[in-house]
Amino acid sequence: MRIGVFICHCGKNIAGVVDVKELVERASKLKDVVYATDYVYLCSEPGQKEIQEKIEELELTHVVIAACSPKMHATTFARAVKGVGLNPYLLEIANIREHCSWVHHDKPEIATEKAFRLIKAAVAKVRLAEPLEPIKVPLTRKVLVIGGGIAGIRTALDIANGGFEVYLVERTPSLGGHMAQLSETFPTLDCSACILTPLMVEAAHHKNIHVITYAEVKNIKGIIGNFKVTIEKKPRYVIPEKCTGCGDCMDVCPVIVPNEFDQGLGARKAIYVPFPQAVPLVYTLDLENCLNTQKLVVCEQCYKACGPRAINYLMEPQEIEIEVGAVVIATGFDLLPIENLKEYGGGKYPDVVTGLEFERLLSASGPTGGVVRRPSDGKIPKRVVFIQCAGSRDPEHGCPYCSKICCMYTAKQALLYKHVVPDGEAYVFFIDVRAAGKRYEEFVQRVMGEERIVYLRGKVSKVFQREDKLVVWGADTISGMAVEIEADMVVLAPAVVPSKGTADLAKLLKVSVDEFGFLSEVHPKLRPVESVSPGVYLAGAAQAPKDISETAAQASAAASKVLSLLSQKEATLEPIVAHVDKELCIGCGLCWKACPFKAITMVREEKREGKKRRRYAKVEEAVCQGCGVCMAICEKKAINVAGFTYDQLSAQVKALLEDE
Amino acid sequence: MRLVLKRQDDLLKKVEEISGENVFACYQCGKCSAGCPMSTEMDLLPNQVIRLLQLGANEQLLDCRTIWLCASCFTCTARCPKGVSLTRLMEGVRLVLLRTTKEDQVSPKEMEKEFLPQVALISALRKFTT
Ligand SMILES: Cc1cc2nc3c(=O)[nH]c(=O)nc-3n(C[C@H](O)[C@H](O)[C@H](O)COP(=O)(O)OP(=O)(O)OC[C@H]3O[C@@H](n4cnc5c(N)ncnc54)[C@H](O)[C@@H]3O)c2cc1C
Ligand code: SF4
Ligand code: SF4
Repeated sequence: MRIGVFICHCGKNIAGVVDVKELVERASKLKDVVYATDYVYLCSEPGQKEIQEKIEELELTHVVIAACSPKMHATTFARAVKGVGLNPYLLEIANIREHCSWVHHDKPEIATEKAFRLIKAAVAKVRLAEPLEPIKVPLTRKVLVIGGGIAGIRTALDIANGGFEVYLVERTPSLGGHMAQLSETFPTLDCSACILTPLMVEAAHHKNIHVITYAEVKNIKGIIGNFKVTIEKKPRYVIPEKCTGCGDCMDVCPVIVPNEFDQGLGARKAIYVPFPQAVPLVYTLDLENCLNTQKLVVCEQCYKACGPRAINYLMEPQEIEIEVGAVVIATGFDLLPIENLKEYGGGKYPDVVTGLEFERLLSASGPTGGVVRRPSDGKIPKRVVFIQCAGSRDPEHGCPYCSKICCMYTAKQALLYKHVVPDGEAYVFFIDVRAAGKRYEEFVQRVMGEERIVYLRGKVSKVFQREDKLVVWGADTISGMAVEIEADMVVLAPAVVPSKGTADLAKLLKVSVDEFGFLSEVHPKLRPVESVSPGVYLAGAAQAPKDISETAAQASAAASKVLSLLSQKEATLEPIVAHVDKELCIGCGLCWKACPFKAITMVREEKREGKKRRRYAKVEEAVCQGCGVCMAICEKKAINVAGFTYDQLSAQVKALLEDE
Repeated sequence: MRLVLKRQDDLLKKVEEISGENVFACYQCGKCSAGCPMSTEMDLLPNQVIRLLQLGANEQLLDCRTIWLCASCFTCTARCPKGVSLTRLMEGVRLVLLRTTKEDQVSPKEMEKEFLPQVALISALRKFTT
């Protein structure tokens, strides 16, 4: 056994604190270590070459690299050693940056000692390492995209154009997401529907895309390359194949309820399409508001009116089973309910509205036909106050982050308002204006300078009613004055939060979420559209607040990841999976019960002459995630995760604890 | 006191007309105030003069001494990243006041006491009604 130890300076990141020369000296004395050295940047090309040359020159059999977190460069170094024929599982990484120099920068001696112990432990572990080969499994060349907003549509189109079949599942009756609700879009002021609807139609007619609306993913099993998905289609009570979208049913329906698409500012019937350009253009009967219940039919107006007899009051939910090789989550966002913003009168005063409601009031196809009218009395508001960061950048409301889109859409809304109400006054309260995008700053400056919108720097403290006005109390920290505005309407830009149900979906797909519930990427810079669950990718505002440009870019990025997976012959899995030692296993089944991924089955031995058929545990390699729960619970040390065996971990811990 | 904001743009319009400047082009960076040689003597910083115009806080604005202390040296104008001529705006506000009140706001006697650079002297001449 010939072990080489390579210690990285990471510029000054490591070497500025840890004494690397001392590490080299001490490491070279460790058992089986034949070579130890240090280098300024091991991850650089010459750094990697240095490792490769030494492996060849000194015929190294095992390698330890002491550098940054393996999360950062494990794959880089694995590729380097593999390049000269060393099995990458004979490489161990000791993290002496995040775990030593960064956290103990004020105590260099201790940092150095800890770094040495970590190297020693890595050497002890690698001494027991075995070469491993990746597991290959067949690949289903179909994709599930969850969420039919701009993110999901873009991803689906890109994958479908690459020649693969896509199932695009949308929860509501139509594709489109929030973008369908917008009036015009910053910074170009394109009409939102004009850019979006052609894409919705393209997706619906694409030969490789199956659009499944009014449906949700109920269950997902399996792993990268082979997921089994159960989709539940909610009953529409209208047979899609028969419905022509003529709307005769809607005309006769006697029930009028608020339209969700218009944020409740407009009305719809109990049988409806959410908006005229909906895709698919198929009516949906909302049984909760229909006069009929599933068991009792008291009104048959729509049934009678429907020429093609598309209505079926007895429709049942339908389950569809599909198999796919990859999944993209594009479930988008919601806005923080403004009832949480009591000081702004959220939920209390009808004329305190959200940005999304204001979009509907500005939209030519909105409930007021694009004439801005305030909800309480339908009057055209002559003085409107916009409040940015309503809940955002506000740890007390649970959203310390910036929602990123609201500075821009508020500027846009103030501008559009001035265009429809030229004699109106608009005031914007902000604490910073964040307009970091191509042509964004210019747009905001135009809104301030040319549209002469008064921007006030400060968070509003209170909104209250005075006769038919809303009084806004704020401050302008630029002039140092407390201000009061008697407004006709107040528009809040509530914090962007993950869409309802994201947490459950994340659980189902074993994808992690951040502290605010947005889906987590593996690494923000190195793997920004991959989730921690292999084969599951992220697109759009479900990962973090994003505007349309950024969403579209990320959606195409996720699609390209999927395409590179699907163009492989087989799916490749990490061989870090559990193995059972049949001789040691007593068939107690503890591991079988403990495995969170149900990767273990209990099987009986083949019949053998004169011997009892023993029971033992068997691991389905393609399902095992290598978490090690089985290993911890087995009393006989009969089950071991490759690359992290009981012996390896014990040796590692022992090396960490023992003094030289 | 709470400043009540509503459109009161008579003064603003007049000042913009006289100066030919767009008050709303200013994004309140403060660079004018940072470089103004007179700012330490002023009760309002130069950028605040624009701010009060933007807010329509006319009373506070017309009360201030800053516009009379402004030496019309053009430092602010030369340095403003948005190309706003604050010098012209200051002049605009002064003219409105001089025309409406017909009262001098600086006394020539006070000016005699100190040595004044030429530019200040000349600009001072424009601070009188006659
Ligand atoms: C008031 C306002 C104004 C805006 N103006 C602009 C603008 O002018 N310019 C701009 O660039 N951006 C603007 N934006 C931002 C823009 O809306 C987003 O960038 C964009 O909608 C993000 O797209 P998405 O597909 O990721 O999410 P969404 O639009 O939220 O779409 C997600 C979709 O997934 C569906 N879904 C959710 N959960 C599930 C589930 N479990 N199963 C199946 N389907 C599910 C939803 O029903 C929805 O259709 C604005 C946002 C707001 C709030
Ligand atoms: S984008 Fe602007 S308004 Fe929205 S949270 Fe960030 S700083 Fe506040
Ligand atoms: S330098 Fe120009 S933009 Fe900046 S505050 Fe002064 S006038 Fe306004």
